[in-house]
Amino acid sequence: MSIRVRGITKDFGHFQALKNVDLEIPAGQLVALLGPSGSGKTTLLRVIAGLEFADSGTVEFSGKDITDQTARERHVGFVFQHYALFRHMTVFENIAFGLRVRPRRLRPSNRQIREKVNDLLRLIQLQNQAGRFPSQLSGGQRQRVALARALAVEPSVLLLDEPFGALDAKVRQELRQWLRHLHDEVHITSVFVTHDQEEALELADLVAVMNEGRIEQVGSPDEVYNRPASSFVYSFLGNVNLFHGRVDEGKTYIQGEADGHPIFVRPHLLEITRQPNGANHFRATTKHINAAGPLVKVEALTEWGATVRIELSQAQYRALQLAKDEVVFITPKEIAVFEKDEPAVGPKGEARTQKSGAP
Amino acid sequence: MSASIPFRIGASAGNPAVSQSTSEPAFVRRLLIGMALAFLVLFLFLPLGVVFFTALGDGVRVYLQTFRDPDTISAIRLTLIAAGIAVPLNVVFGIAAAWAIGKFEFVGKSLLITLIDLPFSVSPVVAGLVYVLLFGLQGLLGPWLIAHNIRIIFAVPGIVLATIFVTFPFVARELLPMMQAQGNDEEEAALTLGASGWQTFFRVTLPNVKWALIYGVILCNARAMGEFGAVSVVSGHIRGLTDTMPLHVEVLYNDYQFVPAFAVASLLALLALLTLVVKSVAEWRSGHSIRAAGEEAGL
Repeated sequence: MSIRVRGITKDFGHFQALKNVDLEIPAGQLVALLGPSGSGKTTLLRVIAGLEFADSGTVEFSGKDITDQTARERHVGFVFQHYALFRHMTVFENIAFGLRVRPRRLRPSNRQIREKVNDLLRLIQLQNQAGRFPSQLSGGQRQRVALARALAVEPSVLLLDEPFGALDAKVRQELRQWLRHLHDEVHITSVFVTHDQEEALELADLVAVMNEGRIEQVGSPDEVYNRPASSFVYSFLGNVNLFHGRVDEGKTYIQGEADGHPIFVRPHLLEITRQPNGANHFRATTKHINAAGPLVKVEALTEWGATVRIELSQAQYRALQLAKDEVVFITPKEIAVFEKDEPAVGPKGEARTQKSGAP
Repeated sequence: MSASIPFRIGASAGNPAVSQSTSEPAFVRRLLIGMALAFLVLFLFLPLGVVFFTALGDGVRVYLQTFRDPDTISAIRLTLIAAGIAVPLNVVFGIAAAWAIGKFEFVGKSLLITLIDLPFSVSPVVAGLVYVLLFGLQGLLGPWLIAHNIRIIFAVPGIVLATIFVTFPFVARELLPMMQAQGNDEEEAALTLGASGWQTFFRVTLPNVKWALIYGVILCNARAMGEFGAVSVVSGHIRGLTDTMPLHVEVLYNDYQFVPAFAVASLLALLALLTLVVKSVAEWRSGHSIRAAGEEAGL
């Protein structure tokens, strides 16, 4: 089932959570609403679910206007950040709840309910925990039960609010893959909220990046990462160094002043050399080196007193034999400049790479 | 003798379960515990013992004789009627109020909380007096009530009203912290799963506050049966008609009928003991679920 929201606005007192949001979600896709906290992503999800009602705008499921329908009528599966399992019910009864509360003429028989719940228990690999209470389960298990409970009613769309937010890194990684596999099997239109760009880029077919109650960009993970529509998207989807400078006739000059045009460079797109290699470099002094992990992270102080972060491979690091408090030369390989939120990175995914003159 | 006490205690010190850093010297501990125990014995166990001792002083036969007296039977019946009306009404009110306050935001919320606490802060005698001023012969609505031949003061309706007023915070006050701690997540989950409002309430909201509710009902009932002040003002002490158990105890005592007075009092004391037991169980269970609520919310 496709979802379409148009012109959604929502205020909480003086706080404007959503400002005229439009979004189209094609049927069968797994979509991420990505943004920092307070960007309105959870509110948008709750508006789609019918748990929150927008001040203006419409919500459509498969072209049908359901703006005035309640959460109960919309037939959505909702997975809450803190699971919201019924604590006084066993795992089995939690999953069966949505079937048991159906009006009598639509309610499956006890046998059918048992079969359905057992199928779902197999799906979430918790067959042996059916008689346990939520408080006896781990976080990852609770989240799986919450998913099974939402799927039991065969919802038309599945909405997940920060589904992995409360889990530790390892479990999160496992559940993420599990959800992706599940989606590939069931193909139910799914929307999940996250503030973790890695999670969004890895899991989703389509990413909607949100900021301050607006959608900044919608696109495939590849599109939003490689062709960001605004400086916000660029800086939210990865680490960046922010420089200031001057843009002049297609050339960019990095300067020290804080009031210049913002210029973004990702840490792995900065090259460190020991010798000056032409005009397009600036001088810096290394301050911290963290060689743990696949990439070596270097923090250096530029000649105009700003901190810059550089990432290089272990091989490069060994070749350079870098140490603390050494003077090095840094060359940006690729930069991103946005003019009034216009992408300066080329439309075909090729970043405009300009060399900068050191001040 | 006095010198030997700290000495002896010093020898038994060094209990590994007690942390050294937070522990007091042994004699201070003994002193404090001793004081607390003495206080309990003097003000709780001794009076309780006296009640049962005096009630059964002339034998079980005399004790049981008390409960054949029509006035006593009437007092017990009236107490049961008053509690039987006041408690269910307060349960309904308490659940509704706690639910509204715990789960929703609305204008006048803090005013409602203050109003719920009012009976705690107002002297029961004043509460009773208010009803007399309202419904009594010389009261605001008195002439109208007489004209329609409705008796409230010095009659059963007045006693029920006074009991309701005095006991109405108990259920709401017990449920409120539970409802607030649990938030709305489970109700929202139930709604998205297709449950109706009533289904959500009876299958999710109510079971989650079960123990707090039982605790509240028990406390409310104990107070409803034991209330003296407010009921005393509106009752008029008509023997066999408007005397509740606590009032009847006073009447009997003033008539120097000590055994019957203490026999009736022993019933109230038994009720208190029962209340304490149920309260402990309910407190333990509801503490359990509040902790679970906290854990679930990731606190």
